Amino acid sequence: MKAIRPALLMLLLFTLICGGIYPAIVTGLAQICFPSQANGSLLTNQSGQVIGSALIGQPFSDPGYLWPRPSATGDFAYNPLASGGSNAGPTNPAYLRTVSERLQGLRAAGIQGPVAADLVQASASGLDPHISPSAAGLQVARIARARGLSEAQVFRVITSHLEERQGGFMGAPRINVLAVNLELRACQQITWTKLRSNLGQIWLW
Amino acid sequence: MNVYDWLQTFYFFTILLLLVKPVGSYMAKIYQGERTLLSPLLAPCENLVYRICGVNKDEEMDWQRYAGAMLLSNLMLFVSLFALLLGQHLLPLNPQHLPPFPWELALNTAISFTTNTNWQAYSGESTASYFTQMAGLTVHNFVSAATGMAVVIALIRGFARRRTTLVGNFWVDLSRGILYILLPLALIAALILVSQGVIQNFSPYKTVPLIQATSFNKAQVDETGKPRWDATGKPLIETMIVEEATIPMGPVASQEAIKELGTNGGGFFNANSAHPFENPTPFSHLFEILLILLIPAGLTHTFGRMVGNTRQGWTLMMVMLLLLVTAFGILQWAETQGNPQFTHLGIEGGNMEGKEVRFGIAGTNLFTVTTTATSCGAVAAMHDSLTPIGGLIPLSLILLGEIVFGGVGSGLYTMLAFAVIAVFVSGLMIGRTPEYLGKKIEVQEMWLSIITILTAGVMVLILSGVATITPVALSSMANPGAHGLSEVLYGFASMANNNGSAFAGLNANTSFFNLLGALAMLIGRYVPAVAMLAMAGSLAGKKYVPPSLGTLPTDQAPFAFWLTLVILIVGALTFFPALALGPIVEHLTLVGGQ
Repeated sequence: MKAIRPALLMLLLFTLICGGIYPAIVTGLAQICFPSQANGSLLTNQSGQVIGSALIGQPFSDPGYLWPRPSATGDFAYNPLASGGSNAGPTNPAYLRTVSERLQGLRAAGIQGPVAADLVQASASGLDPHISPSAAGLQVARIARARGLSEAQVFRVITSHLEERQGGFMGAPRINVLAVNLELRACQQITWTKLRSNLGQIWLW
Repeated sequence: MNVYDWLQTFYFFTILLLLVKPVGSYMAKIYQGERTLLSPLLAPCENLVYRICGVNKDEEMDWQRYAGAMLLSNLMLFVSLFALLLGQHLLPLNPQHLPPFPWELALNTAISFTTNTNWQAYSGESTASYFTQMAGLTVHNFVSAATGMAVVIALIRGFARRRTTLVGNFWVDLSRGILYILLPLALIAALILVSQGVIQNFSPYKTVPLIQATSFNKAQVDETGKPRWDATGKPLIETMIVEEATIPMGPVASQEAIKELGTNGGGFFNANSAHPFENPTPFSHLFEILLILLIPAGLTHTFGRMVGNTRQGWTLMMVMLLLLVTAFGILQWAETQGNPQFTHLGIEGGNMEGKEVRFGIAGTNLFTVTTTATSCGAVAAMHDSLTPIGGLIPLSLILLGEIVFGGVGSGLYTMLAFAVIAVFVSGLMIGRTPEYLGKKIEVQEMWLSIITILTAGVMVLILSGVATITPVALSSMANPGAHGLSEVLYGFASMANNNGSAFAGLNANTSFFNLLGALAMLIGRYVPAVAMLAMAGSLAGKKYVPPSLGTLPTDQAPFAFWLTLVILIVGALTFFPALALGPIVEHLTLVGGQ
């Protein structure tokens, strides 16, 4: 069996080349050229603490936040350690019930008329960071009411995070839920700070 | 489809068609040992590999030795991965301290990655260490892809050569495929993917505080893992508050690039190419689809060049393209219709279950048909949640035998088997001895082609049949009724045809599916590969018959049309009854509102 030597040695050599050198070169170049992307597009607050990733969605259910898509990840929604979809088939009775319950939940929260499918159907990864613009539009009134902001203000925050089709024709337009909610949270903090300083001024005066 | 979707689809196929010739010519040069742009850099590495391994690159093999070398190298490949999976807890680069794979899962996974299937009965982020992903799975992605390419190159040599027993040197073909074709392309592709946001690091997983805490209910368990009950016999439920999430990290881009390029398809994460860290933007999405098609499409041109008539290659290319575009059209129609159970509730926007917003439905569908037409099996959508007719499309593309572009190498050699059969059937009709590319097609070639085409199909039907009468297998189905049958059928179709995607509701991590699936993957990969090498040997020994007035021209549109019909007829005759009981029944119940 003359072939045993090349079979064994080639395996070792290509393990070294493809499994060691190649990923090491990619890692090196990636860390030099695109450090932010290579490390997970992480978002930090002013004090430098990591508060999430621009690419990984988070769960939101408070009426004052933009709600993301339903998520079927294990244990809890948007669990990044258990990515995946529901794998529910289109005729599965339990699944049909789940979707109509989600729809009733939205109706109870005051959403009328046609509903965008992405707001009641779970994503493939369970971590989808985006919702469609129409799914976001349905939520403007609720967020404004919950936060005591005007609808125009909320609308402005949401549209400032609208991502158009890449290059003008690739993919679909979308809105990053986490980015919107970070700004909405800041919005409220500003309102409170303003209110307090106004009260202070009244008191001084 | 809106105007943007049309543009996206049109641009995509235009770019693909423009790349076929350069990529195909480059590969032909590499396998014929000609100098290329990369030779000054890579030729010394190549020669060093031969010197270390004791390979004489000018010594060619007959088909038996070629097949022997292929099987031996793949056996080593399997053993090394099997051992690595069982011992991953003892090896470095395991910051999450993940335990070893159980042996049945390790066996299934090792066979799966060795056979270019990349069926995954596990979740990457919670099961496989960085070392396993790199030194095991990434390496197998390269070598299994280069193995498929080597086999098809040997078969092409069989057509091109006259009166010889030699079909090439397996070790040389394997090394050249990896060094000159896969590695340079993967390196560039990986960096382009990182620029879009695919991660590439060795950091431990990152824990981040959630902006809004969430909670979930969990059944309480005692020390032995059994659920606890209260006095009235109800299970005890506790509410868990979640205030932080753990985001997985890892060297993803380097694996992502070769996973698509080598039509492997094994994801770093459970959600595969739907995961934002594997496929973050619409551009990365289209780029990954292009990577999947690049080598299979290019190989048609390599074939044309090596047999001395590029129109022969373009004819096969057009047959593949026609089938792919048709499949895309039907899938697009089905998915934009949405689920009829929901449309009357006022839910609009098509079927979004198991899809990501950023790709759009048209982009998602392009990925779905591509990954199942080739034997890639990466997924950007959950195929289990497609509408019934939508799900029929990927299932049918797999069942046709992975010939619509197909796996790197394996797709083209299976397509060539179909071409041989098409030539033979037309020969019967006019009463002439059939010829293909100047070689007489005789009994032996017919036998080998039939074996290549039917092996996977026969196995799918037998194993799915066994599963439907096995209670253990039935309990793995996630969805009731006809859809459950589709899940099992899809599972065995995917494994026997070395695709690797799944109707993932099926719980495949059971002894039944791990072991029978491993068998299906082994037979589905090596029986056709060895049969095609045998055909290479038989063809190489024949003399060249110049075309005469009665020869069917195989480089023109009528043959392309005829070949398409033969493919569809063979596919329909084999699988129609099974498909009728699965997706077709489900479609009828859905529109009937049952």
